[in-house]
Amino acid sequence: MIDPRYGPQEAAGVWVHLEHEAGELASVSKEILGRARALADERQEPLTAVLMGSGVGGAALEAVSLGADEVLVAEHPLLDPYTTAPHAKVLDALVAERKPDILLLAASPDGRDLAGRLAVRLRTGLTADCTDLRINPENGLLVGEVTGFGQGILATIECPDHRPQMATVRPGVFQRPEPDASREGRVEKIAVELSEADRPVRVMRRSLKHGVDITQAERLVVAGRGVSGDLALLKRLARLLKAEIGGTRVAADAGWVGHDRMVGQTGSVTHPKLALVCGVSGAFQFTVGIQDAGTVIAINSDKDAPIFDVADVCVVDDVFQVLPRLIEYLESEKKKNGRSD
Amino acid sequence: MSELKIVVCLKVVPKSEEVSVNPETNTLERGNARSEINAADMNALQLALDLKDTHGGSVTLVSMGPPFAERYLRLGMAMGADAGYLLSDRAFGGADTLPTSYVLAEGVRALQECDLVVCGEESSDGATGQVPAGIAEWLDLPQVTGVTTAQLLPKSRLIRARRELHGGYEVVEAPLPCLVSVRLGANEPRFIDFQRWDWALEEAPVTVWSAADLNLDESLVGLKGSATVVAGVAAAATAERRREFLSGTAEEKAEQLLERIKNWTRA
Ligand SMILES: Cc1cc2nc3c(=O)[nH]c(=O)nc-3n(C[C@H](O)[C@H](O)[C@H](O)COP(=O)(O)OP(=O)(O)OC[C@H]3O[C@@H](n4cnc5c(N)ncnc54)[C@H](O)[C@@H]3O)c2cc1C
Ligand SMILES: Nc1ncnc2c1ncn2[C@@H]1O[C@H](COP(=O)(O)O)[C@@H](O)[C@H]1O
Repeated sequence: MIDPRYGPQEAAGVWVHLEHEAGELASVSKEILGRARALADERQEPLTAVLMGSGVGGAALEAVSLGADEVLVAEHPLLDPYTTAPHAKVLDALVAERKPDILLLAASPDGRDLAGRLAVRLRTGLTADCTDLRINPENGLLVGEVTGFGQGILATIECPDHRPQMATVRPGVFQRPEPDASREGRVEKIAVELSEADRPVRVMRRSLKHGVDITQAERLVVAGRGVSGDLALLKRLARLLKAEIGGTRVAADAGWVGHDRMVGQTGSVTHPKLALVCGVSGAFQFTVGIQDAGTVIAINSDKDAPIFDVADVCVVDDVFQVLPRLIEYLESEKKKNGRSD
Repeated sequence: MSELKIVVCLKVVPKSEEVSVNPETNTLERGNARSEINAADMNALQLALDLKDTHGGSVTLVSMGPPFAERYLRLGMAMGADAGYLLSDRAFGGADTLPTSYVLAEGVRALQECDLVVCGEESSDGATGQVPAGIAEWLDLPQVTGVTTAQLLPKSRLIRARRELHGGYEVVEAPLPCLVSVRLGANEPRFIDFQRWDWALEEAPVTVWSAADLNLDESLVGLKGSATVVAGVAAAATAERRREFLSGTAEEKAEQLLERIKNWTRA
């Protein structure tokens, strides 16, 4: 085997690498903290969070309120914004020194970027893009559940001999914990030494709108290729239903919706009470993103589209025939209610 | 800059819609599944070929896989690549990302000169985008993952690339040599160039390298070199859905939808 840097005997503790944008914790990191708290309790171990960047003090306190016993804060101008090399260097040094048993990161663009690099540097195993995490009661190992072997296949992965047991977690799969301001935790500043030579890649420009978080939307209207870029229609519908707009990969790649609104394996796992899915074929990589929805309504002109296998209400018809009428009815319904109020 | 040398890592994957779980043994059945070049790798190849069209130089394909993968390397050469290397050995089988990235990195290293390694962002059959960062680590190269477009600045030996982020994007510059991974759907892969077809099928050089050819220790590759084990495989439980089909004209369906939506949103 490829020898790990340290083994199970020396390893202890559950660590979470926290992602943030301008000092604000990413929702996926909050979700991971919630689950990691439960894993740490089960193993009767402390939960450590790692924050890297600059100006992240507020986020450290938030991490404590969300379950961390200890927050390691590494601040340096070269850690902001994120690039791989300096982050990998700092986190690798921390891990090698303190030897955590479990290290969890977000399956976000930056989280994956860092996790893949770090796992090889640490010569350890990485279970990527987990949809669930638990502890195997028989051997105490972290069990990561992953999908993506194609049509509806789930695999569970363990890392028996290498440490830390690393996993990245898909956004939206775990519940966000309620913050508890009375929780106590230790915040430790880590001394960081970095020079320009540690940062080969430079960020020239960074444009971030406040990314929309569709994982928490109560209602979702989803655009697929079948809506042919006519988002005006869907937006009207979404406004009437007080819903967020989501899209398939096709819709996101075509620029009809932002990539932050993509539903599915590469996009997000959503939990709406109601998902209205329009002109979507229902590829497995998409449907994993709506499997937790309360009710799924699908509109598709092809009666054999696989989306109908995972829908509660199936409308075999042209979206351009059905939606304008539905909008018209909803509008007149609204007017009626407006008058009676 | 001397001639630009680009290496593209191409993976041959089973068509995901044709892989299933054997309900009795809980193992993956890939037996009858047809194969294809991993979709994101087609985008990686397209990006590399565009750079070659602009700046000259060569594109070399590297793949780790079974012998039949050679055909797919030839397909890539018909699209415009110049040479192919297939890293193929029984000992490579069953690898997780740690040994996979190791073998690919050793393959790239054995090519000796390389300015840019281009990978797909993720493969469709399970692994999810960890191999490119792993290759970069083994080779000690800077990395830029999740790229949609890239330009080369040959004078300053930099690559300028755009990365998609949650809710936005960033533009970064990385010094050559480096590794980039390309997002699925970042571009339109070109068609096969029929002028190259006969050459690609018959004459184009495909070199097969085994573990011994690469001087690799067998205990570091394949299943033996892996850190993770698959503890179980199962068919995903899917939520039971009602699958109620509405009937009538578009208007009638819209009316029925309205009634249902009203009920749900009230509840
Ligand atoms: C590694 C990997 C990861 C992926 N991750 C994701 C992901 O996270 N999310 C995702 O969505 N996809 C993902 N995909 C892509 C996925 O496989 C599908 O290609 C994608 O979901 C298809 O999008 P679509 O349904 O919009 O388009 P299509 O598959 O083209 O379907 C369009 C549908 O619209 C219907 N239609 C056309 N016109 C009309 C009309 N007028 N009225 C009604 N219906 C109409 C058609 O019948 C068709 O069923 C991934 C793929 C890979 C390989
Ligand atoms: N066996 C392989 N042969 C060649 N390239 C590979 C192989 N496995 C992974 N890659 C490359 O790494 C990328 C990401 O793969 P993965 O990390 O498996 O999702 C792919 O798109 C390929 O470019």
